[in-house]
Amino acid sequence: MHKDIIIAGVGGQGILTIAAIIDLAAMQLGLQVKQAEVHGMSQRGGAVESHLRISSNVIWSDLIPLGRADLILSLEPMEALRHLPFLSPEGLIVTATEPQGDIVGYPSVDALNDAIAAAAPHLLVDASTLAAAAGSSKSFNLVMLGAASPYLGIDNHELEKAITTYFAPKGENIVATNLKAFRLGAAQQRLKTTTR
Amino acid sequence: MQMMEKKLLLGAEAVAQGALDAGISGVYAYPGTPSTEITEYIQQSRHAVQPTVRSAWATNEKTAYEAALGMSYAGKRCLVCMKHVGLNVAADAFMNSAITGVQGGLVLVVADDPSMHSSQNEQDSRFYGRFAMIPILEPANQQEAYEMARYGFDLSEEVALPVMLRITTRLSHSRAVVTPTAPRPQNGLNPTTDKNRWILLPANARKNYRGLLDKQEQLQQIAEQSSFNSEIAGEGKRAVIAFGIACNYAMEVITSHGLDIPLLKISQYPLPKKIMKRFAEQYNDILIAEEGYPIQEELLRGFFGDKRFRGRLDGTLPPAGELSPALLKKALLGSMQQSNDTRHDIKPMTVNPQTESHLLVAPRPPMLCKGCSHRDLFEAINRVMTDYPAQHVFGDIGCYTLGALPPYSTISSCVDMGASITMAKGAADAGLRPALCVIGDSTFTHSGITGLLDAVNDRSSLTVVISDNGTTAMTGGQDSAGTGRFFDICRGVGVEEAHIRTIVPLKKNLERNLAVIREELAYEGVSVIIAQRECIHIRKTKKADC
Repeated sequence: MHKDIIIAGVGGQGILTIAAIIDLAAMQLGLQVKQAEVHGMSQRGGAVESHLRISSNVIWSDLIPLGRADLILSLEPMEALRHLPFLSPEGLIVTATEPQGDIVGYPSVDALNDAIAAAAPHLLVDASTLAAAAGSSKSFNLVMLGAASPYLGIDNHELEKAITTYFAPKGENIVATNLKAFRLGAAQQRLKTTTR
Repeated sequence: MQMMEKKLLLGAEAVAQGALDAGISGVYAYPGTPSTEITEYIQQSRHAVQPTVRSAWATNEKTAYEAALGMSYAGKRCLVCMKHVGLNVAADAFMNSAITGVQGGLVLVVADDPSMHSSQNEQDSRFYGRFAMIPILEPANQQEAYEMARYGFDLSEEVALPVMLRITTRLSHSRAVVTPTAPRPQNGLNPTTDKNRWILLPANARKNYRGLLDKQEQLQQIAEQSSFNSEIAGEGKRAVIAFGIACNYAMEVITSHGLDIPLLKISQYPLPKKIMKRFAEQYNDILIAEEGYPIQEELLRGFFGDKRFRGRLDGTLPPAGELSPALLKKALLGSMQQSNDTRHDIKPMTVNPQTESHLLVAPRPPMLCKGCSHRDLFEAINRVMTDYPAQHVFGDIGCYTLGALPPYSTISSCVDMGASITMAKGAADAGLRPALCVIGDSTFTHSGITGLLDAVNDRSSLTVVISDNGTTAMTGGQDSAGTGRFFDICRGVGVEEAHIRTIVPLKKNLERNLAVIREELAYEGVSVIIAQRECIHIRKTKKADC
């Protein structure tokens, strides 16, 4: 078992929470984990990413080599494209559709969607709507974790256990909301093939 | 050795856990990316540790280092942490601590930032280690970071010297599973009895320095036997010598491409000469991979340039910036093609062909948060500065450095901690008017107060804006040393009370704030404007706690 996953988005979207939950599940399964994250100045509204590697064998590099990621899980559509050089020719993209576009030179939504569609098999997720349905806009990241869950190489049962452990200190209600968000995301299994 | 429960730790946290388990009695540090998480981890663990470990933030890296040295003098183990440029601030204490030596174990963790993710330069701290002639440990992974932090204290006490543990951004900010071992109790109070060793009068210092020189042979022997230096065998004709984390990138390429390339991993210095010689003698083509400056490469090549060695100095690897699997792949596979080595069937990894979509991607630089007090401050300063033909605002290190970027573009300089005040002073002395600078509250106490004293003593004409958001915000909101006392500090330094003004940078106060800034810029003398409003992140955290 070996998965190389890039989790991308914008500072403050909860990328590290997604990574922490996958890490926890992987560790419980006795897998090796390496997860590189961005701290410091870039977090101030900048592009943030985490390189997450899970394997039953030794993992050497903390960074995923170019062209090797099995999955780009992005919380923002343009950020999915930023990391494309890392995606393997067989890799997938799972991304939220809502732009965080308050910057100069942000492309049109159509151009973005076309580029994502042309790049790889992809799943576009309206995560804001699903998070609202789960009961909290803050659970946006858990919706996206759910949407990516079929492609992580870890059973949903294990991921749900990790979600419960992770949010337990914040109380039962928070756990329930996040589990609901995760399940709503996991139900979005409509991977589209690459357009050429 | 008793194994404890596995933990998923950042490299920085692994260092912290290792130091806790080594029995430290204190940690001293000033926050700085990528070193901050070490001390934060210890602060969060402090209730779990018996007896407790002292861990509050220091005012700057020099005070931190000196306090650590004092704890060592008293016989206890002490950790001191900083980022690479922080060691410049602490360098006086650091260099001389190699001459005094230590009593209780002292480990300096210094976190370098190659590629300057959050820094002004990418200096390599191993130069400092070599300069001070002390042992350096450079872990390749999180488990090693843990083990080296533990071992570093034993080594420090064995050789009676401070030990440098050098990590870089990538290791510090990457998580992996770490297996700790059973903790060791703290040392008892045991102050040194050898006063001459600690009094660096010339006569003593000469003797101590001779002692340090004499110890080098022992340090060398220890490195020769270190289990952190190891060889991964291979039959190939070319080889790699990889230092610290560079080993991971080399091994990633070697294993994923099925290459047969022997590798010597070095993680403990001074360089183990015998091991290096024995290894290097077998090969005519050796890639030197090190994260940082080509320090060891330069030593290995020698003055006349031994052509067997390749690396950053001949362009096989780039001269600057962080290493990566891609760079090591190019260095290892590229040279293989060069040497017509056809024994391996190399299929270069293909990169996803759709990279032209990459062109759509707009840069997303960091920016000041919505609702940040610095925004209102910069807006006010920009308005006032339109009154003047020359618009120079000296800046400093912190979130407010982002005031250099659009839409504000207020800041004209950012060099080192505290330099805004002293550069403004120098420019004022040269005749520049107005001489205005902006410095954060934590940066002011770190290194700004002495500069302000210079300005007062010299009656320079400048205006210092202390943008006081009540925290060390850039690194995530650590306590700031002078909170609530800036007026008193400035008055104590000698700034006239009438020219220490306080404003609250909010839109509704704009007109008043403009008037205050204008008045103080017009004043021929030292004036201070304390722009006081809490960091919005701290506000949010406080609300959440309520």
